[in-house]
Amino acid sequence: MRMLAFDLPIVLHDISVFARNVAILDRVQLDLMPGAPTVVIGPNGAGKTTLLRVAMGLVAPAGGQVTWGGRSGVPPARRAIVFQRPVMLRRSAAANIEYALSSAGVARREWPARVEELLSIVGLSGLGARPARRLSGGEQQRLALARALARDPEVLFLDEPTASLDPAATKAIEDVIRAVAARNIKVVMSTHDLGEARRLAGEIVLMHRGRVLESTPVAQFFESPKSQEARRFIAGDLLV
Amino acid sequence: MAHEASALQLVLSADPALMAIVWLSLMISMAAVALATLIGLPVGAAVALTRFPGREAVIVTLNALMGLPPVVVGLAVYLLLSRSGPLGSWGLLFTPKAMVIAQTILVAPIIAALARQTIEDLWVEYRDELAALNVGPFRRVATLIWDARFSLITVLLAGFGRAAAEVGAIIVVGGNIEGFTRTMTTAIALETSKGDLPLAMGLGIVLITIVILVNALAWTARRAGERFAG
Ligand SMILES: Nc1ncnc2c1ncn2[C@@H]1O[C@H](COP(=O)(O)OP(=O)(O)OP(=O)(O)O)[C@@H](O)[C@H]1O
Ligand SMILES: [Mg+2]
Repeated sequence: MRMLAFDLPIVLHDISVFARNVAILDRVQLDLMPGAPTVVIGPNGAGKTTLLRVAMGLVAPAGGQVTWGGRSGVPPARRAIVFQRPVMLRRSAAANIEYALSSAGVARREWPARVEELLSIVGLSGLGARPARRLSGGEQQRLALARALARDPEVLFLDEPTASLDPAATKAIEDVIRAVAARNIKVVMSTHDLGEARRLAGEIVLMHRGRVLESTPVAQFFESPKSQEARRFIAGDLLV
Repeated sequence: MAHEASALQLVLSADPALMAIVWLSLMISMAAVALATLIGLPVGAAVALTRFPGREAVIVTLNALMGLPPVVVGLAVYLLLSRSGPLGSWGLLFTPKAMVIAQTILVAPIIAALARQTIEDLWVEYRDELAALNVGPFRRVATLIWDARFSLITVLLAGFGRAAAEVGAIIVVGGNIEGFTRTMTTAIALETSKGDLPLAMGLGIVLITIVILVNALAWTARRAGERFAG
């Protein structure tokens, strides 16, 4: 068990992001607190990916401010993300993980053991020597998770981490997410799978058209949603 | 068919004069490609990865310079190096070094422009992942060049092709002096105008063979590399 994360809470204060004068994040207010995973849901184009990228510090908002553990400016190093469409470096699967280890400053003599461990965590043992870009979509998704875990993050962002996985792999990755969360790593993830949201989330953030409609503890969200939109989204008829 | 027959004889007998010409040609073109890479690769990478005012103009200029007319470059280098020119005291005119300089000027923009495009394309693909991994600027450049290495080999080949094939620049600054600055292309130009077609054709065959061999080698290296790196 490690210390509670130093980079939390991540506070998004009045965040706006524009693309061609359209607000893709519209005055978003959100606190990402230590604890169980925060799961972001909402229809396609709601702004989930953009929200994760802002919280990760990859997109500078046009308005508002992000703070990490009370500090603004340079985002902390101990954070990692698995993108919705991860890009594999033109190297072997193992070398992709080694690259992440080395960029995180892990000593070279620890690499072989760590690579083995990470490959086995995501269920890719034995595939280390394969060129990463020849792996299947789901395998690449899992390798990207291993690469993110290689940074030993305090905060882990996952953008639809199980979207292209088969049921067994989905279950395996959900188990990994649970294990990660149990080690006090803050997980912030998006998903379109409401069952998954229910299984993993401590808190649900519902987005629609660039706005956060509600952020609610998971039980409350599914049993007595606050907003009309949330009821419609759960029923499956909230569209863009 | 007499011309072809004696051309082949020259080639097959490994005529020493011919071999000297072939050797000099290769040395000059390879030296020029090496120098042009030292200049063009950093320039291409810098333009690919930085944003500054006038960047678009620099890109257009680099792309345009790929089509520099060799004779014009030859003339410019000639004026620089001639006895009364600014660098006349170096005494380089009509030496192989002058030829390397001229070809470097021809090849460097090709390598810079193509490397810029190659590295920038990969950068667009890698940008988010490298940012997420907190990769610093120096390592970023190294990663992009390393991961683009197979495409960059093709870039070097384009430069080598240009250098090996051109005659306009090196004939002006080298002078086609027998045993000193005579290369395959300058000799072909001279022998053809003198009417010694067998030698010209022999050299032509060797030149084309070398270019094919170099490309085949690079292709093999690329395929082998890709099998391991993807
Ligand atoms: N760079 C950009 N330029 C223009 N529009 C953009 C840009 N990035 C995002 N958008 C738009 O902003 C909106 C939100 O995008 P975002 O990727 O955050 O949605 P999302 O909730 O992750 O959707 P999905 O469920 O499909 O992944 C979309 O309408 C998208 O088209
Ligand atoms: Mg998305």
